[in-house]
Amino acid sequence: MSEIQTGDYYTRHFSPGPSDDTLIINMGPQHPSTHGVLRIIVELDGEYILRCEPVLGYVHRMHEHMGETKSYTQYLPNMGRVDYLHALAWNWAWCGAVEKLAGIEVPERAQYIRVLTTELNRISSHLLWWGAYILDLGAFSPILYAFQDREIIMDLLQIPTGSRLTYCYFRFGGVSADLSDAFLAGLKDFVPYLRGRLPMYRDLVTDNVILRKRCEGIGHFSPELCRRYGATGPVARGSGIDYDVRRAEPYSIYDRFDWEVPVLEAGDAMSRYLIRLAEIEQSLKIIEQALATIPSGDFIAKGAPKPKWAPPRGETYFAVEGARGKIGVWLVSDGTKTPYRVKLRAPGYCNLSLFAEAAQGVLLADAVSILGSLDLVIPEIDR
Amino acid sequence: MTLFKEFQSALKGLWSLAVGLKVTGREFARPQLTVHYPRKVVDNIVTYRGHIELVGKPKEPAVPKCITCMMCATVCPSGCISIKKFPPPKVAPAAEGEEAKPKAKPVKTPKAFNLNYNTCSLCGLCVQNCPVDSLRFSTDVYLAGVSRADFEYDLMARLAAQAEAVAKAKAPAEATAGAKPGEGGE
Repeated sequence: MSEIQTGDYYTRHFSPGPSDDTLIINMGPQHPSTHGVLRIIVELDGEYILRCEPVLGYVHRMHEHMGETKSYTQYLPNMGRVDYLHALAWNWAWCGAVEKLAGIEVPERAQYIRVLTTELNRISSHLLWWGAYILDLGAFSPILYAFQDREIIMDLLQIPTGSRLTYCYFRFGGVSADLSDAFLAGLKDFVPYLRGRLPMYRDLVTDNVILRKRCEGIGHFSPELCRRYGATGPVARGSGIDYDVRRAEPYSIYDRFDWEVPVLEAGDAMSRYLIRLAEIEQSLKIIEQALATIPSGDFIAKGAPKPKWAPPRGETYFAVEGARGKIGVWLVSDGTKTPYRVKLRAPGYCNLSLFAEAAQGVLLADAVSILGSLDLVIPEIDR
Repeated sequence: MTLFKEFQSALKGLWSLAVGLKVTGREFARPQLTVHYPRKVVDNIVTYRGHIELVGKPKEPAVPKCITCMMCATVCPSGCISIKKFPPPKVAPAAEGEEAKPKAKPVKTPKAFNLNYNTCSLCGLCVQNCPVDSLRFSTDVYLAGVSRADFEYDLMARLAAQAEAVAKAKAPAEATAGAKPGEGGE
């Protein structure tokens, strides 16, 4: 044990190399289906995968350590960069953890604003996944339709947040800007618009024979496998695990809305696909209800922390439901202006870790389909 | 039987092809959504929050409201704001027999206010925490440069240029309409 580890991942795990019948190849770090810099070492027998291992850490940016060197407020922009597709959920996880630690009350209107913007961001994340996944499977045009709708969401979210991708919108005790009438009116129009688009998505892609052949019965994850690796989000719900943080440990005001957690038993790539499309509908349902009942009031608490504020000593854990699963922040404070320890639980990391086991014995082309159905965001996995 | 099934699945595949082509055909007939960028630009950049810029005093638009409290420079996560203060006024030692002179007021406006936009992450904490509202977001979207120095902004010079442009735009209008009373101070 005391020996110094030498060599890279390959020499430690795949040496002495392939046998006469097998071939070892690298999928990535520049493979288009990995959506970033993820490297998967695959040992192939013909077209079948004997074993594979994901190699991580190419975009490791020390987000957790940065949390220990910056003040609580200064860490806010980092959260939008962890998972750039569902940035607001990470915003919420960090703000929620600090608020829970210090006991800061969030005004009613701010809660509604958070729900509205986060659900809208979830839809945009799912839409991008939808387009990119189908792009992985070889169909080019659906991503253009997805981006057409996503563009409207980004225009809408640009009004309160000021940016289009890496949002830094939430603050401790509320949000940084109130929702304007233009945003609320635009959102009101957007909900029926996207509902009208979903049948087109179904006709064009979901009912398409080629997609069904690439997804149905491919990449079966048993509920037991998901539990063992801690998979959450649509991956777990596609395998019949009825777990959604918004329902299981209701935070904020999610318990006030009438919505369902879509769960499918099949556990294949198609069920994960259908779960995400169903989640778009559920998010629209939540947005519609929140729009109807949004109260007036403050968008940030009166005694919201100043930049040089320090919370009391203690530790806390706060989890929210992101587009990819459970986002958790474990925060330890020693009473100074910088956190003592920040641990970020990225759902993509757990979802990816089951890939090595699930991909054993499948075709290489199916592995691409499985990888895509996990909805990976590499910067979130590497953090 | 297998032949029948083969035939059936081929028909099913053809049908889903037809459905896909129907959607494509419908969208094809719709007007184009994208914008030919250099010739046309999008109109939704007013809500975009780009890099920060200084806000001038209402009566002296070329002088920023800034009181060099250094809050923005302190709160910035990436330390991209650097402010230079004017040196504190020197107090001449009072001569024998004379009374000490009253202390001159320290100059609060900044000597220099520089932004290194290369490291800015557009979080908006500086604008939010400015006690005198001396910072605002610009709507500069179409930025391009070939070196790092292109994104190091001298915000004082920018404010002066903006004030000059506003004054120039106002001047011809005033010349035709004649100086109105009450507006002379501006």
